[in-house]
Formats: sequence, C-alpha cells, structure tokens
Amino acid sequence: MDTELLSRIQFAFTIAFHYIYPPLSIGLGVLLVIMEGMYIKTGQKIYENITRFWIKIFSLIFAMGVATGIVMEFEFGTNWATYSRFVGDVFGSALAAEGVFAFFLESGFLAILVFGWKKVSPKMHFFSTIMVSFGSMLSAVWIVVANSWQQTPAGYHLQNNNGILRAEITDFWAMVFNPSSIDRLLHTLSGAWLAGAFLVISVSAYYILKNKHIDFGKKSLKIGLALAVFASLFQLFTGHQSASGISVTQPAKLAAFEGHFDTKPAPLYLFGWVNENEQKVNFGVAIPGMLSYLVYGDMQKPITGLNEFKPEDRPPVNIVFQSYHMMVAIGFLLIALSLVSLILLKNERLFRTGFMLKILVFSVLLPQAANQLGWISAEVGRQPWIVYNLLRTKDAFSKSVTSGEVLFSLILFTLIYALLFVLFLFLLDRKIKHGPEYTGDDNSVYSEQKSIFEKQ
Amino acid sequence: MDLNIIWFGLIGVLLAGYAILDGFDLGVGALHLLTKTDSERRIALNSIGPVWDGNEVWLVTGGGALFAAFPDVYATVFSGFYTAFMLLLFVLIFRAVAIEFRSKQESARWRRAWDTAFSVSSIVIALLMGVALGNIIVGIPLNSSKEFAGSFLSLLNPYSILVGITTVALFMMHGSIYLALKTEGDLQAKVRSWINNTIIFFAICFVTTTMTTLVYYPSMAAHFKEYPALFLIAILTMLAIANIPREIHKGREFRAFLSSSSSIALLLLLFAIGIFPNIVASVPNPENSLTVYNAASSQKTLMIMLIVAIIGMPFVVAYTYIIHKVYKGKVKLDETSY
Ligand code: HDD
Ligand code: HEM
Ligand code: HEM
Repeated sequence: MDTELLSRIQFAFTIAFHYIYPPLSIGLGVLLVIMEGMYIKTGQKIYENITRFWIKIFSLIFAMGVATGIVMEFEFGTNWATYSRFVGDVFGSALAAEGVFAFFLESGFLAILVFGWKKVSPKMHFFSTIMVSFGSMLSAVWIVVANSWQQTPAGYHLQNNNGILRAEITDFWAMVFNPSSIDRLLHTLSGAWLAGAFLVISVSAYYILKNKHIDFGKKSLKIGLALAVFASLFQLFTGHQSASGISVTQPAKLAAFEGHFDTKPAPLYLFGWVNENEQKVNFGVAIPGMLSYLVYGDMQKPITGLNEFKPEDRPPVNIVFQSYHMMVAIGFLLIALSLVSLILLKNERLFRTGFMLKILVFSVLLPQAANQLGWISAEVGRQPWIVYNLLRTKDAFSKSVTSGEVLFSLILFTLIYALLFVLFLFLLDRKIKHGPEYTGDDNSVYSEQKSIFEKQ
Repeated sequence: MDLNIIWFGLIGVLLAGYAILDGFDLGVGALHLLTKTDSERRIALNSIGPVWDGNEVWLVTGGGALFAAFPDVYATVFSGFYTAFMLLLFVLIFRAVAIEFRSKQESARWRRAWDTAFSVSSIVIALLMGVALGNIIVGIPLNSSKEFAGSFLSLLNPYSILVGITTVALFMMHGSIYLALKTEGDLQAKVRSWINNTIIFFAICFVTTTMTTLVYYPSMAAHFKEYPALFLIAILTMLAIANIPREIHKGREFRAFLSSSSSIALLLLLFAIGIFPNIVASVPNPENSLTVYNAASSQKTLMIMLIVAIIGMPFVVAYTYIIHKVYKGKVKLDETSY
C-alpha cells in the first residue's frame, strides 16, 4: 500500500476514534449546565448527586477526548504536509483560534468543574460548568469552520509562494462564514447534544430497570429526554438545510448520496444498493420525485446527476449512499424514540414499560453511529478532493514520509487505541455499576459551601 | 519590527509558556517513581491534577499558531520528523490517560502500571522535545522543495541527545521545586533533598551543552558577536540559574520557582536569537533554509492572527492566573482528587 492510502486510513481511523468523545463531552456539558442549574435553583440534594455523578463520567470522557485530539492537531503536518502548505494561510488561523479561544477556556474551567466542588462557591462552580460547556462548543465551531472551508472554499485567492501554489485569505469573515459553515455547525452540534442526551437516558433507564437509584434515574432521564426531543427534531431540520446547501455547492456529493446518475427529476430512496457499473440502484424503495421536491419544492425539477462529472471527479457512490441513508434512518428512529418516550412519560407509563426502557438502554449507540456515518458521508462524499475543486487528496500527502513509516504508526495507533478503548469501556462500566454517591445527611455540601461563601 | 518577526516572537512566547508550565508537570512526572507510598504518589499527582491539561494546551496552541503563521515550517518539520512525532504522540496519549486512569481502580498492580506509564512518558516527552530543539540547532537536510531529506536515525545525533538530556534535567529541577511548594511534612523533606540533586544534574548538563554548542555550532553565537548588547541576556540567564540554589538555600522556594521559570524563558530566548532569521536551517544546502520570511503566511493572515492573539491572550493569562490562585497552597486530598 502507498503512503497516500495508508495516510487516509490512518486519518480516518484516528479522527473517527477522536470523534467518539467530543460529541459526548459537548452533549453532556449542556446537560451538566441544566443539572447544576436545577441544583442551584432548588437546592435539592438529588440534583447535587446527579450533577456530581455526571461530572465524574464527564471527566473520564474528556480525558479521552484530549488524548486523542492532540493526535489530530499534529497529523495535518505529519501526514498531509502538502495540504498543510496549501491551506495553512487560511486554515491555520481557525485552528489557532480554536486553541486560543476554546481550549484554554475549556481546560481552565474544567479544573474547577472537576476538582473544585469544595474549593469555590456554588455560583463560581456553576459559572465554571457553563464556561466548560461553552468552550467545548466553541472548539466545535472553529474546527467545523476549518472543515467547512475545505468543503466549500470562500474568501481566498490562489497565490504562488516561492514556486508553490497556495490559498491565501482575502476576506476573513467570508472564510469563516463560507457557504456550508453554519448549516454544518448546527448539524454537528445538535448531533453532539443527541450523543450526550442518549448517554444520560441510557444509563438512567438502566438504573430504573435494575431498580437501583430510582429517584436519581427518573430525574436524570427526564433531563436527558428534554434535550433529546429538541435535538432530534432540530437534527432533521439542520440536516435538511445541509442537503439543500450541498445541492448548490457540491452537486456531485448530493448525487452520490442518492445514487443519482442521469440529470433528471430524482426520487428519494429509503434504502437500496448502488451498482456503480450499471449505474442503477438495486433493491431500492423510493418516493418518486421526492428529492427534487425537497431541494426545489418541485417534484419535476431535474437534479444534476453523476454523469455530468468526469469519472475522476466522482466520489465512491455506494459507500456514501449507505452511510448517508443509515444516518438519516437513525435520525428518524431517534425522533420516534424521543417522542414515544415523551408520550409514555406524560401518561406516567414510561418507568413501568420495561420493553421501552430496554430499548433506551441500547439507544446510546444510535447517535454515536449516526455521528460517525454523517462524517463518512460528508468526507468520503468530498472525494477525490481534499479541498473541494482545488486540491486532490492524492496530491496532498507528505512526500518525505515513506509508506513503511505510516504503516508502523498505523499499527501502533491501532494497538494503542484498542487498548484505550477497552480500558475506557471498563472504567465507564465500573463507574456506572458503582452508581452515584449520596452524601446522605442534611449537612449538605451546598449549605456548607454557602456558609463558607457568606462568611467571606 | 515587522509582522514576521512579531510572530516568530509570539510562537516563542507560546513555547516558553509551554516549557514553563508543562515543564513543571513533566518534571513532577519524571520524579514520580521516586515517591513510594500510594498516598505520596497521589499527592504528587494531585499537585498537577487541576493544571496539567491547561498546561498542555500551550503546546496545542503553539502547534496551531505555527501552522497558521509558518505553514512551511509546520509541514516540513512535522512530516520530516514523522517517526519522532509519532513517538511523541504515543507518549502524550499515554501520559494523559495514565493521569486519568490511575485513581480509578484500587488495585496496587493497576496503579503501579499507570505510575510507570506516567513517569516514563513524562521523561520521554521532555527528551524528545529537547532532541527536536537540538536538531534545529544542528540544522537538517532540506531539498529544494523544502522537504526533509534525512532519516529518522540521523535525528538521533549525539548533540541533539545531549540537548534532550539537558531538557529532562531542567524539567526535573523545575518540577522538584514546584513539588516542594505543593507538599508538606515528610514528603516535602524528601522533595527538598531531590532539589539539590536535580540542580547538580542540570548544572552539569547545562555547562556541557553550552560548551559543546560554542565549540561545534558557533553560528549560534554569531548575533552576539554582532550586537554585544545581547550578552546582557546571556548574563541574565546565568544569574537566573545561579539564583536557584541561592533561593533554595534560603528556603524561599517560591522565588526559586520564579527563577527557574525565568531561566527556561531566557534559555529559549537565547536559542531564538541564535537561530534567527532561520527557523529551520538547511544543512548542507543553506539556500533551502526556512526563514521567518520565506516560510510565513501572508501579511494579511499574520495580521488577523495578531488580532486574535491580542484579544485572546489576556483571557488566557486570566484563566491561568485564576486556576493557580484557586489551587494555590499545599495539596489536600479530597473525594474529587485523583
Ligand atoms: C478540519 C478538518 C477536518 C475535520 C474537522 C474532520 N476531518 Fe475528516 N478529513 C480531513 C479533515 C477533517 C482531511 C485532512 O481533509 C481528510 C484526510 C484525507 C482527506 O481526503 O480528507 C479527511 C478524511 C476523512 C475520512 C477519509 C475519507 C477518505 O479518505 O475517503 C474520513 C472517514 C473522515 N475524514 C472522517 C471524519 C470524522 C469522523 C470527523 C469528525 C470529527 C472528521 N472527519 C472531521
Ligand atoms: C481534525 C480535526 C480535529 C482536530 C485537529 C482536533 C484537535 C483537538 C485537540 C488538540 C484537542 C485537545 C485539546 C486539549 O488538550 O484540551 C481536542 C479536543 C476536543 N475536540 Fe477535537 N479536533 C478535531 C476534530 C473535532 C471535531 C470535529 C469536534 C467537534 C465537533 C471536536 C471537538 C473537540 C472537543 C469538544 C474537545 C475537548 C475534549 C473533549 O471534549 O473530549 N474536535 N481536539
Ligand atoms: C434526520 C435526518 C438527517 C438528515 C436529513 C441529515 C443530513 C445530513 C447531510 C446532508 C449531511 C452532509 C453535509 C455536508 O456534507 O455538507 C450530514 C452530515 C452529518 N450528519 Fe446528518 N442528517 C440527519 C441525521 C443525523 C443524525 C441523527 C446525526 C447524529 C446524531 C447526524 C450527524 C451528522 C454528522 C456528524 C455529519 C457530518 C458533519 C456535517 O457535514 O455536517 N445526522 N447530515
């Protein structure tokens, strides 16, 4: 295998592994703000227990996010040197802004969030929680902006720099607000909220099923569910926005999503299997004209097909078709799960419906899968370009790195990440089995802290 | 002073911030196995517990800023030192998870394994950073398209390894002083005895490295010949280093810590003056060197980034200050500790 292919595998593998954790941190961060907010407002012990339990889970997840994130930052330079030279002028500023604005904020206040329960006043602690949550969303902002720029470049010109062509910024805000930034940012964030919400729902449902920590479980579940209902609907909305965006900015990608070869009115497939040689979708079930309708509000309007593009400019079709359709299917499933749970809750049946609770325990995997599938659709759908229409992936890798070196690092990453993942699951499982701790007596930390605070 | 030089300086500031802040927690890590009981190890670990992640962000941001301001340097060095950077990444990963995982199980074996991972990775990180600096001083072979043309093994030359060991010694000294500030009683007494040893270790390494540099890489001193005023910086560095044992002797650990922090910053400053205007010197073909001019981003980007830095850095300094204030004083273990 050559350096390019190995580098692609390594990048896909390491980013996919990184992307297990940030969505959980972002989602859980939002929920921590709500949980601690309720504690501050009501002063009820149970919310203290809830908050403190989830902080522990949060810190474990966060550590994994940090450990795997540093890899990503270095990998642009190590494996994609030509790409780095090409985009550095534009892309580097977003990455640096992420460090300056987001990571410092996050890591600074994280110290108080995790270790500061007794060291600072409740208000200061709450403030830190808000800042950590805010910081984690800010880091998503900058990295998604950078990624969106490579999907839909804007605000730059091409400039010869000592014999090497590169992109240089002409308009910073046009770069930041490139055509896909906002849609993709909202979609990514909302996907992260779903990841956090269903983690909380899943663990809570597990406790209720096991008849342990009942009060804790019910209250946590309700908080998670509130976010899930909102985010799952919002996800459909933002996903639709993204799809209509790419019909303009990346028509080849949209055509690949739907396995659409000839330019004509397009159906919307529920599922199918694309035969790329015969240019058709086998075993498919489709709603005729629906894609045209979704994009243009008109079932008769033609949608650009893949045959408008030279073969070397087309992405792999079946992979993105499958990943995209699975993501959308999961999206609808999550909406259904959230709404059914909500209705059962309103009828006071949710906590007695073992079957539903069992489904909810496993539901945590769904947003995780959809997040991964979403990125696969977006990134594989962008191929063969690394920067859309400007730089090809095959031209972008590091020329001074040998395939043997990448193979070596890839093997090591595989081993280390496998080990870490097993340990992570083991520790997470232990924490969940151990459950929340109750600081039983009335002399709660809250009043203790409050009195310290008031004395000062 | 133009934007290119400002950015050369700002990246230096980020790296100095990293070396000072992560320097002490890497140093604490390097010394970790010298503590024996579990509670001593917990105290050592918790002395850096709330701050190590924030400290590492200086590296992350330094890397991001290098990418943005000098993309050619970022691309050339990171791909050229591929295997070295991969090793660095692996130890960074292990260190981060070792700190987090260690406390999660009671078993002595579990804890011993993570203690070892924590300590070894801290040492290797410091060593690799030093080796990288050493290679920048030596210069690396670059071809006309500014790609690295050497091999991994050529990076492991004796001089660079010497700089690597010096870095380990420096961080050990810095870390032991920090630990003395954070501990009390028996443990503190023990830590104090380490300080003396680490100072001696560092002094030996420092003198050796300095002499070797002057003899084999006199170009590092060229600017000092040209502008004798720069000697003041060299003298200040000596004074800062000499002040460390003096303060320790008087029992003023906090001042000793400030002194070792300044020494780190000044040493990096000497390094920066030495290599300027190159960032990466090409040996043997000097015309391929990456300088602050030919490796930089456009003036527009440098300006945008300067604005980002001017807005952002006060916040960064404020967070750093707040966190160290909240956690100042001796380590007290409670149920949120590692
Ligand atoms: C800011 C940049 C950026 C961001 C935020 C992401 N990626 Fe990406 N991705 C790249 C920048 C990039 C890249 C450097 O541009 C790659 C390397 C090779 C390529 O073609 O694009 C890439 C490739 C790439 C591939 C391989 C595509 C192929 O080679 O066919 C996959 C599967 C992913 N990414 C998945 C993800 C996931 C799961 C992400 C979630 C966090 C993600 N990407 C975020
Ligand atoms: C290739 C692209 C990416 C790079 C270079 C990258 C880089 C990093 C780095 C260096 C860290 C560690 C920061 C620290 O030390 O505190 C980190 C953590 C984090 N990253 Fe990524 N990242 C990437 C993709 C993403 C994406 C797509 C998201 C979100 C949508 C994201 C969100 C986060 C968050 C929230 C954290 C904090 C740790 C956590 O919450 O788990 N990152 N990332
Ligand atoms: C409900 C139906 C959904 C639709 C119509 C939809 C649509 C889309 C589209 C069109 C893209 C590609 C955007 C681009 O390449 O620029 C995308 C990407 C993505 N999707 Fe979805 N999606 C849906 C559900 C979900 C769900 C439930 C999740 C996760 C919980 C999710 C997570 C993602 C992610 C992480 C990406 C990659 C980032 C991005 O490009 O925005 N999606 N989605």
